[in-house]
Amino acid sequence: MASVEQSPGGASRKAGIQTWLKRIFVRLGILPFLIVIAVIVFTAMSDNFLTGRNLMNILRQSVYLTIVSLGQMLTLLTGGFDLSVGTIVALSSVVGAVVMASVYSAMPDAVYLAIALGFFAGVLAGSLIGVVNAAGVAFFNVSPFMMSLGMASVGFGIALYLTGGVPVYGLPIEFSDVFGFGNFLGIPSPIWIAGLIVVALWVYLYKTPQGRHFYAVGGNIKAAKLSGINVRGTLFQAYVLCAALAATAGMLLTARLDTGDANIGASMPLESIAACVIAGVALRGGVGRLENVVLGALFIGLVQNGMNLARIESYLQTVMLGGLLILAVIADQIRLRYVASLKD
Amino acid sequence: MPAPLLATRAITKDYPGVRALDRVDFDLREGEVHVLFGENGAGKSTLISMLSGANRPTSGHIEFKGTVAELNSVHHARELGISAVFQEFSLVPQLTVEQNLFLGAEHRGGLFLKASGMRREAKQLLDDLDFHIDPKAQVYRLSRAEQQMVEIAKAFRSELSVLILDEPTASLTDHEADQLFRLIEDLTGRGVGIIYITHRIAEIERIADRITVLRDGRYVTTIEASDADEDRLVELMTGREVGAIFPSLPTMDPGEEILRLEDLWTQDETLCGVNMSIRRGEIVGCAGLVGSGKSEALQAAFGALPFSSGTVIYKGERVAQPKPGRSIRSGFMYLPADRHDAGLMLERPARENFSVAALDLPPFRNGLFLSGRGERQRAAELATALNLSPNQPERTLDHFSGGNQQKVMLGRSLTRPVDLAVFDEPTVGVDMGTRQAIYAFIANLAQKGAAVVIVSSDLPEILHLTHRAYIFYRGRIQAELAGSDLTEEAALANFFEQDAA
Repeated sequence: MASVEQSPGGASRKAGIQTWLKRIFVRLGILPFLIVIAVIVFTAMSDNFLTGRNLMNILRQSVYLTIVSLGQMLTLLTGGFDLSVGTIVALSSVVGAVVMASVYSAMPDAVYLAIALGFFAGVLAGSLIGVVNAAGVAFFNVSPFMMSLGMASVGFGIALYLTGGVPVYGLPIEFSDVFGFGNFLGIPSPIWIAGLIVVALWVYLYKTPQGRHFYAVGGNIKAAKLSGINVRGTLFQAYVLCAALAATAGMLLTARLDTGDANIGASMPLESIAACVIAGVALRGGVGRLENVVLGALFIGLVQNGMNLARIESYLQTVMLGGLLILAVIADQIRLRYVASLKD
Repeated sequence: MPAPLLATRAITKDYPGVRALDRVDFDLREGEVHVLFGENGAGKSTLISMLSGANRPTSGHIEFKGTVAELNSVHHARELGISAVFQEFSLVPQLTVEQNLFLGAEHRGGLFLKASGMRREAKQLLDDLDFHIDPKAQVYRLSRAEQQMVEIAKAFRSELSVLILDEPTASLTDHEADQLFRLIEDLTGRGVGIIYITHRIAEIERIADRITVLRDGRYVTTIEASDADEDRLVELMTGREVGAIFPSLPTMDPGEEILRLEDLWTQDETLCGVNMSIRRGEIVGCAGLVGSGKSEALQAAFGALPFSSGTVIYKGERVAQPKPGRSIRSGFMYLPADRHDAGLMLERPARENFSVAALDLPPFRNGLFLSGRGERQRAAELATALNLSPNQPERTLDHFSGGNQQKVMLGRSLTRPVDLAVFDEPTVGVDMGTRQAIYAFIANLAQKGAAVVIVSSDLPEILHLTHRAYIFYRGRIQAELAGSDLTEEAALANFFEQDAA
């Protein structure tokens, strides 16, 4: 008997590691595995990858996607999604730039007034797209897919119409100096702003009742309603906040580019959904952590940066990104199967 | 003695971190009805999932007609003649009955479907079973019972030798259940072995030949049905002696009126002029057939269902348009019948499912913010008070058994001050032990001075647990029975049309 019990020692250790990995996978999803693999691969492919400077670069480049993904996460949590985030980025950039440039040219002395008005106008314009999305989803029960797809077209059309398809120039140099290339304590200003947003949203999501309501509505909309939660108000907030965050990213991107452009943000819907899904946010709603979404967005930034350093052609990068998204969804399905097999 | 029709030998199923089934021996003879009995989470579902080919054992094996059988898939099991009918049907609602019957095994001539042949055969199949269902009807138009018949008919597509039924009568009326029992009799006469899962003692007494009891994934015993009575079964199932299922009712005099409904109507006439009055300290029952309006009346008062005319008076004040949020804040809690559909967030922790309706109050809230500590503490208290098993409030709810999920949902009525609690079908799909706990819980709530309404299709629940009951029939209250008038005969008599004149 004893020998029978002892002999599978090696095998059981292997099985132990396997169940351990499986548990990590079930708990945290596929992201930790992907990050480890990506870091190993890119470090091997390029000497410049794992340097402090490059890591800071990745952080700075990922800021825009991170902010948009946080918004996207809110809509995903409630069981929907927003395909119009790209349009919102574009529209806020164009409207913000037009307002800023015209105020600046009318009153060249009031630089900061121009910046403030422009920034505000851009965020407001983007948020209005969110208000329309929100109204459709929350009050008319339009599916988020149709609503945000429709608004993506509407917003993009408006952005092009406003500018005739031409980039908007003439922004005060201070705008891009502060919000695009600024530095504080050695850390680029966009990172500070993203950091502030992350902290504020974390507090909102996890420390206030309203934050919990996002999870409840996505977890079971009927149960949420019967528990006295304002379901429509919660859906409304999700889409408006999502748009406001995307618009903020749009203004930061405008500062970085020093132009208002209707053609930025086209990849945002795919990338932001990818960042969330890779981070374990469930497309069904109700599941997902903000910390992980930040990591998810950073991971996509990391992959893009790594592929650039490894001189992978940009067209192929697009292929990679789509592949990663699908891989993440498949992994989520496998995870669900494991979860299902965990219960009786 | 001949080899059993189907048997398991030391069958074990491990899931990561859990042993769902531990070396279970089970055997099924030809022509018998073998009941599997046990609490939710005892391993019944795991066992039948392996017998039906949906899952494979970690160790041990299955024997079919005396030889070891590897059941690789449901399809494979079905080919051998082992079919299972689960509580959740495997029917495509948009397809017709005949399309569903042949789903995955369509008759074809070359590339194309042979519709006429399938139609003939479908009709034959339904006729043989004496099911009066139109083969061309779309499945979503059928009643629950009819859908179940289609599901059973599906099992007959191939030569049937083992039929597994998982709580088949849960959604059937008595008449439909009788029909099912006749069918079972007919089948056993032909030598088919039936594995039957149920929580209902009456059914066991009626159809079972033998009963195998499982507890915590282990085999307890197998007894002849003739040796079984309720006390013995419950004792075997829970592993301890269980007192009476129903608690004694609180006997205080009813206090002030808390809810009054006057002439309540809905647009679609689910309710046609309902009048009700509920007072503090009493437990009121609402009984009636499905669709009689017994559950809708309270939903309307709570704000979950719009009504077109009538008056709702709550705590002496007229509420023109009840809303769930406002109702809850003023102490009116409604806990829905279908916990999966409308009650719980299955992918969230038990803790969040407890607190969801009370986030506006301490201890869950601290000023503007949530109190993580207060919430965790209260959830832990509730989990202990309700005997949640496993006692892990951070576990997501889909990792709890049905009975424990139900406890979590009902536990919501303890998260905030409640003056009126409505429990809609509080014990559906819940085992005996949990049921007893839930009844004690409800009685206790009334004892503390809340008004309690129990909406239930389970007549014993109404008879033993309420002071007074309204019997609904087609959107009206047909009778109000209290005290010694509240008997099974009186209640049943009012379930149906009263005066034919």
